[in-house]
Amino acid sequence: MLDSKIPAGKLEEKWVDYKGHCKLVNPANKRKLEIIIVGTGLAGASAAAALGELGYKVKAFCFQDSPRRAHSIAAQGGINAAKNYQNDGDSVFRLFYDTVKGGDYRAREANVHRLAEVSVNIIDQCVAQGVPFAREYGGLLNNRSFGGTQVKRTFYAAGQTGQQLLIGAYQALERQVALGNVTMYSRHEMLDVVMVEGKARGIIARNLVNGELERHFGHAVLLCTGGYGNVFYLSTNAMGSNVTAAWKAHKKGATFANPCFTQIHPTCIPVSGDHQSKLTLMSESLRNDGRIWVPKQKGDKRKANDIPEEERDYYLERRYPAFGNLVPRDVASRAAKERCDAGYGVGTTGQAVYLDFKFNLINKYGKTEAGKLGIENPDIETLMRLGKEVVKEEYGNLFDMYEKITGENPYEVPMRIYPAVHYTMGGLWVDYELMTNVKGLYCLGEANFSDHGANRLGASALMQGLADGYFVIPYTIGNYLADEIATKPIPLTHEAFEQTEKAVADRINTLMNIKGKQTVESFHKRLGKIMWEKCGMARNAQGLQEAISEIQALKKEFWSDVRIPGTINEMNPELDKAGRVADFIELGELMCKDALNRNESCGGHFREESQTAEGEAERKDDEFAYVAAWEYAGESNWNLHKEQLNFEVAKPTQRSYK
Amino acid sequence: MEHYMMNLTLKVWRQKNTSDSGRFETYPVKNISSEMSFLEMIDVLNEELISEGKDPIAFDHDCREGICGACSMYINGRPHGPWHANTTCQLHMRAYKDGDTVVIEPWRANSFPVIKDLVVDRSAFDRIIQAGGYISVNTGNAVDANAIAINKDNADAAFAAAACIGCGACVAACKNSSALLFVSAKVSHLALLPQGNPERKTRAMNMVAQMDKEGFGACTNTGACEAVCPKEISIENIARLNREYMMAGAASDK
Repeated sequence: MLDSKIPAGKLEEKWVDYKGHCKLVNPANKRKLEIIIVGTGLAGASAAAALGELGYKVKAFCFQDSPRRAHSIAAQGGINAAKNYQNDGDSVFRLFYDTVKGGDYRAREANVHRLAEVSVNIIDQCVAQGVPFAREYGGLLNNRSFGGTQVKRTFYAAGQTGQQLLIGAYQALERQVALGNVTMYSRHEMLDVVMVEGKARGIIARNLVNGELERHFGHAVLLCTGGYGNVFYLSTNAMGSNVTAAWKAHKKGATFANPCFTQIHPTCIPVSGDHQSKLTLMSESLRNDGRIWVPKQKGDKRKANDIPEEERDYYLERRYPAFGNLVPRDVASRAAKERCDAGYGVGTTGQAVYLDFKFNLINKYGKTEAGKLGIENPDIETLMRLGKEVVKEEYGNLFDMYEKITGENPYEVPMRIYPAVHYTMGGLWVDYELMTNVKGLYCLGEANFSDHGANRLGASALMQGLADGYFVIPYTIGNYLADEIATKPIPLTHEAFEQTEKAVADRINTLMNIKGKQTVESFHKRLGKIMWEKCGMARNAQGLQEAISEIQALKKEFWSDVRIPGTINEMNPELDKAGRVADFIELGELMCKDALNRNESCGGHFREESQTAEGEAERKDDEFAYVAAWEYAGESNWNLHKEQLNFEVAKPTQRSYK
Repeated sequence: MEHYMMNLTLKVWRQKNTSDSGRFETYPVKNISSEMSFLEMIDVLNEELISEGKDPIAFDHDCREGICGACSMYINGRPHGPWHANTTCQLHMRAYKDGDTVVIEPWRANSFPVIKDLVVDRSAFDRIIQAGGYISVNTGNAVDANAIAINKDNADAAFAAAACIGCGACVAACKNSSALLFVSAKVSHLALLPQGNPERKTRAMNMVAQMDKEGFGACTNTGACEAVCPKEISIENIARLNREYMMAGAASDK
């Protein structure tokens, strides 16, 4: 059933070879071909712009009021590229290797190598669009390092890299709107895929302003709808981020791959109370300059600055001397959990560790600046002041954000941080061409499963989104559409459109007519709690089995007791949310099922039953070196299809960052 | 931070849809923690309203990290509330004390019609970008990213202008509902970079023309926009836009 369509030949020649031989569509025919793109984050906006430039007729949809607000905008730290501008030993191969290893050998080699290859073009393209990356005094681009690597290959724009990249893609998209190649539908949500003779031929979308359902035809449909971290209720995702588009596609036959692969990001602002609606990330780039520690003494209630140096446990530096504070995210998160569970956590809840900048403020930046200024024997205050100026330029907005949320000044006292759900490596299964197993239905960016295995390295999400949109889909979609040039637009009165729209309308009516007692939000919170406790940072068979029955019960309760105010034909955010939460509940069950099936630990998926004597994740390559692609087979029922992963170049080893 | 609880009175603008005339409604809210964000306080109120069978307050919000630009409340007469360089979603309740009354309105501007309650239509901003807020470079055309060195001061200034989140607070704060800070931020961002140079003149002309067409008012240099901008976009950008616009007009050969 699953054909990954990986081209034959040597790893480094596959993409070049593919591009040289894939089918093309001539410019006159491109104008006759219509493409629907759902989502306008980095993947969707870049795909819409690039395909519009090629001359395809594109319709782009987003649920936000403007495409510029998609959640890619919140990415902070940076974007990787194998430019080797730093002369520090980087190369396409190393980026490929780091990504496969970082993903704990659960990604597809050919896709990852292609990603590393096109990474260099992304930076060129973004600079040409006017993306204001950080620069050195000589006027050339600056880099920083990120977790899981030993080179500096991350391009950045202070702590707002995602924003700047998205604005670049948004501008390119709006240019195509102005040229008439792209039609933009904001405040629209895709609610189903329309299938005609086994191919995706359109969507049903709901206008979120007036509640009306609309039919849209496309020769191909691209889902660029991001990740599903909000299944945990609390995550660093935007409030509107959801799985609905991908889930509808799943129910129309697209397999969902590795749904349990969730990234828990180590450095987020801890939960402060039950009212919490979302969590805020503090960029991984801060681990370049911040040192993570907890008190050596259990339950130490002294203020951070009162705990002397020798009574601090810099546990990442202690456990992983080679990578120190820059171990990959999954490793850093588990280490934080381990310390807190053992009673060393800080803050009122004990569910936090310190991220402390003082050392580098003084020693790294302060002393360098003092040296530049020729200040001999500077005192600590001078060093702090000088160091602060540099750090402000590097991360200023992050420090401000931390202070606004917590009321504490992180230049003076260490940040308190704790892991939080951030990214989902799983997603719709796609082949090498980014097509799902449903013909004509593509999936790009975080919404697909392909490039990050069981753990994504920092600054690689932006890279993948833009790689898929700017440099992969423009080639691979032609290979499909070349055979569709004779296909006339299917009239919107076709029975497939009629029936699909009716099914969508029926579901909305059903939801509205439950008229129960409990709010949508309360169900979402309960789902999140089950997921976090039993399918979160550590998982075991018993917990997962419990979670599955709890979620099934929750689903029943939802469909019999949810209360949605208002009416259908008006702006009704509660109704929008209800549809999304209903889909999250179903996804949650599948995630637990997938986590239960994968009786090994790998990357962000940690099964307590499968760990080394030192508490590190233990993979079982003999049994689980496959992609678990789940086919929907009716209520609470899925068939598992396995895509075996073959590692010809990056041979799996026990990941070590020691 | 010392944490405390408070009771507040909210006066919130309720408007069913664009054609409804709208009115203020008063809501008491109780047991609000100083650690909550402002929007979490609205969440609490909305949950209560739903439980009472009433319609919750519609408002735009998404990232809740101050970067997407979706949130847009006019709080006690000031866009995004009392804190400097802040968005509504990053405003926290420790800005208030027990017994306070908080008045919440949508952005007020003819070019931003109210859709419902606190939600307004800001699509005019997208159309202004369509008029020229980009560099015309097709995918794949680019030269190596380090082929053109850019003076760091210009790169930094371009970045500072590009930090605009397109929230529209500048328009909401302006007595004339001028969008000039928004337009000038985009024109400056691109004019300060060599890549933006070829289209510099047409960009300034076309974006300003579209801004006028959308019905935004004129700039009278009161600086209210800069004072409330969550990203501290400088009013110097407006001066730069004026120069760009004049030069473009003087040099226009079309």
